[in-house]
Amino acid sequence: MRNRFGLLGAAMLGLGVASASAQEVARVGVILPMTGPFASTGKQVVAGMRLYLAQHGDVVAGRRIELLLKDDGGVPDVTKRLAQELVINDHVVALGGFGLTPLALAASSVATQAKVPEIVMAAATSSITEASPYISRTSQALPQTVAPFTDWCIANGIRSVVTIVTDYGPGYDAEKWFKEPFEKQGGKVVAALRVPVANPDFAPFLQRAADAKPDAIFIFVPAGVGAVVMKQFAERGLDKAGVRLIGTGDVVDDDLLNNMGDVTLGMITSQHYSAAHDSDLNRRFVADFGKANEGMRPNFMGVSGYDGMALIARAIARTGGDTDGTKLIEAMKGQSWESPRGPVLIDPATREIVQNDYIRRTERRDGQLWNIEFATIPMVRDPAKAGK
Amino acid sequence: MLTNLFDGFAYGMLLFVLACGLAVTLGLMNLVNLAHGAFAMAGGYVCMILVNRHGVPFFAGLPIAFIVCAALGVVAERLLYTHIYRRSHLDQVLFCIGLIFMVDAVVDYFQGPQQQFINIPDFLKDRFEFLGVSVGAYRLLIIGVCGLIAVSLQLVLTRTRFGSRLRAAVDDRRVARGMGINVDLVFMLTFAVGSGLAGLGGALGAEILGLDPTFPLKYMIYFLIVVTVGGTASITGPFLASLLLGVADVAGKYYIPDFGAFVIYTVMILVLIWRPQGLFGRVATR
Amino acid sequence: MTTQRIATLRLQAVGLHDRLSAWHWSEYLFWVLVAASYFLFPSRHLLMNEIAILALFSLSLDLILGYAGVISLGHAAFFGLGAYTAGIITKFGVTDPLIGLGCATLAATALGLATSFLALRGSDLTRLMVTLGVALVLYEIANRLGWLTGGADGLQGMDVGPILGFDFDIFGAVANAYSLIVLFVLFLIARRVVHSPFGWSLRAIRDNPLRAAAIGVPVRGRLVAVYTLGAAYAGVAGALLAQTTQFASLDVLAFHRSADVLLMVTIGGVGYLYGGLIGALVFKIMQDTLSNLTPQYWEFWIGLVLVVLVLGGRDWLERLAALVARRTRPGAGR
Repeated sequence: MRNRFGLLGAAMLGLGVASASAQEVARVGVILPMTGPFASTGKQVVAGMRLYLAQHGDVVAGRRIELLLKDDGGVPDVTKRLAQELVINDHVVALGGFGLTPLALAASSVATQAKVPEIVMAAATSSITEASPYISRTSQALPQTVAPFTDWCIANGIRSVVTIVTDYGPGYDAEKWFKEPFEKQGGKVVAALRVPVANPDFAPFLQRAADAKPDAIFIFVPAGVGAVVMKQFAERGLDKAGVRLIGTGDVVDDDLLNNMGDVTLGMITSQHYSAAHDSDLNRRFVADFGKANEGMRPNFMGVSGYDGMALIARAIARTGGDTDGTKLIEAMKGQSWESPRGPVLIDPATREIVQNDYIRRTERRDGQLWNIEFATIPMVRDPAKAGK
Repeated sequence: MLTNLFDGFAYGMLLFVLACGLAVTLGLMNLVNLAHGAFAMAGGYVCMILVNRHGVPFFAGLPIAFIVCAALGVVAERLLYTHIYRRSHLDQVLFCIGLIFMVDAVVDYFQGPQQQFINIPDFLKDRFEFLGVSVGAYRLLIIGVCGLIAVSLQLVLTRTRFGSRLRAAVDDRRVARGMGINVDLVFMLTFAVGSGLAGLGGALGAEILGLDPTFPLKYMIYFLIVVTVGGTASITGPFLASLLLGVADVAGKYYIPDFGAFVIYTVMILVLIWRPQGLFGRVATR
Repeated sequence: MTTQRIATLRLQAVGLHDRLSAWHWSEYLFWVLVAASYFLFPSRHLLMNEIAILALFSLSLDLILGYAGVISLGHAAFFGLGAYTAGIITKFGVTDPLIGLGCATLAATALGLATSFLALRGSDLTRLMVTLGVALVLYEIANRLGWLTGGADGLQGMDVGPILGFDFDIFGAVANAYSLIVLFVLFLIARRVVHSPFGWSLRAIRDNPLRAAAIGVPVRGRLVAVYTLGAAYAGVAGALLAQTTQFASLDVLAFHRSADVLLMVTIGGVGYLYGGLIGALVFKIMQDTLSNLTPQYWEFWIGLVLVVLVLGGRDWLERLAALVARRTRPGAGR
């Protein structure tokens, strides 16, 4: 109920403002999965976006920024239609959100045709930013967090690895960008397993990995599922057999970490954001985020939404309130600022985010579980695009 | 190899406890209760809230989940399902999908869309060697509990008066009613037990299957597979079907991981082509 | 029986058939409204396009559900195959939408024919599960053939050419017109089919297969034929979706497509062709409105509507029509 009334209120407020000063409103269309299996992604991203506006005020260069939230339920053709309708009927100045790779790609042709910037705040397949010259990204390209991780593995005596990835685009990216740099440095991927997207029980995959007796199992699965794998890994007793579980931060999602319990302790992961990141900006971000969302802890999706909103606001500020799409995307290139995750930069050539990658260990501090960053690989560009 | 068999068994047993209520309601009242998974989810959430937030021990949480879901089952049966028994299958499907949508949104509203976990006691996280087979304590618990349930269900069905009434009602509702059996009461109790078992399964299975608002829709297909492959004429049918599917699924994913997802569906299609009434079903006479 | 009597009977039958298959004024009204909506709501072309496609998809399910009584929970198999076929051939340089439509229809027809032998056995539940299984297997195949279908990322770089010289525009005006015209043409064909002796024999089978067989209707052959026809229609709907959105992803084969289309047909009412059309319209507009009001919890309200609909009786449209008819009849009153 509260959400509905809140929205109703916001809508009435929006109407009032729109009729009073129609020219000054800059609408941003936000398309996210708010229902279905990826609803938690949508919730985090939109909470991050709203928090940015709450902290910094919603007026930039004389323009009042207004968010129009739409639910695509994770269905690509709906994403595309919503993007078109937002552009045509609501005259949005930018599109944001995009929970999964096919959703971001489905909307890319709209961005190109209508010359409206599309800011990807969740989907992580490397190739997304190449789909349209109007796409920029504030989440991550998966190789950014996977490739640098292999250096750490080699340096810490991990020589043989079994990779387990979810059977979809980002999964292949993760598999490829782990294997190549890892084997170049003398490591060996002894088996590469792919798990179906809809998969209830990980037992057979973990058992197979265990039977290969590697030094470590590298895992990439979507947030949410990661926690299930984590528990089943511990249950299989692989940790006691001397096999380490390593992976991207998805398996120790900050949003879920406390509920996952002690099985996560000591887990080493690589990710661009941890809610435990040591900076004043981040501490304020985490505190305000929790306050606005019933104690929810921001995860890497939340910070992507926050930074996505920051990027749009900064671009509008740079153009002096001009919301022409081509000028906006130009104004986004080369932007750099201090984010709760650390310094970030939008690569002018690829419109891809450039950011630190952190190696973290899961620890208990003050009665809560946190991913504590202990090594930083500064300003990583997407290695998948660096070679081109 | 044996470890796989063991894992498959545990998974299959879990499927059985989750789906047996569905099999009985289908056989007894010809009710396609697609919303059966909603009771399983309710059980999972009840157990999670009690154990994680109120410090109730896990082993007390399980029976409470059963009782709460059985009570929910009675309420839902009296208030809602009783209106749709005599409707067409199409109506029932529509109704249940509507229910699933509502339950989904309600859980999302109160508990959020994210995955939930139940804090299980540490000794259940252990693993040990048994006759050369590596065995997980939690999966052993699942096999134990579910095996116990399966055996007691079988005993109740074959050895008690209630069981014979139930079987009579499944075989021919009209004649059973004519013989003075209160079919409605039998059915209400069965529905309650079925819902309760689903709730227990949801609580037990959260560790393996996960728990989030999309649970009923995500696992609906699996429950249906168990019921169609096993047939609805007995409790042994769904039981053996669950084990078959559990083992086939785990083995398929272990030995041919690239085609893991195909196995369970292919098995189902082949079985249904071979025996459209299910492996252990009889040709319908009604 | 004398020849004269046979002739009278035949005349009576023809008369009955003509009366039942004649166009009712409300049908003209329906299509006039559809045509008018195209010009009245230029800002909603995209939504209308989606509704037209879903309406065609629902129509295809109504053919097999409403006229042959086969419940399918895997109708997305044909929809998805049509979508992928239409998408993939553009990558081989065949960009003409009509050729694409033809190829998609052929592919879906072939699959429909092949799977009809699996899907027409056993009870309702068995059929439900076999059709569902076929769709799920197809989903996995599409996922597996990443080099052809783009896997989970969706089919990239689809390039659909202009339709009869009109380019697909971002407002969806051309797309909407295209979909509506295809829908109308296929509706006319479907209407013709169900009012033919073939259509009547289907209804006989639906109502009582044993009796139908006894009076000499080839039950199996007829069911295979209509199942295949339904599959072909679904393939066209899928192709339209892929062409007008210039995108195809695994989602076109997903379970929720099959479930949604079943919802739409049942909301609108089965077995009179317009049910699927009206159901698609009602369902989609309801979904669009509710999800705009409450993006996170709209499913609750849709669910509530479904539950109330079933409890109140699915024949709401008929009763509404009867009510209107009573009110408008001169001299009628309470």
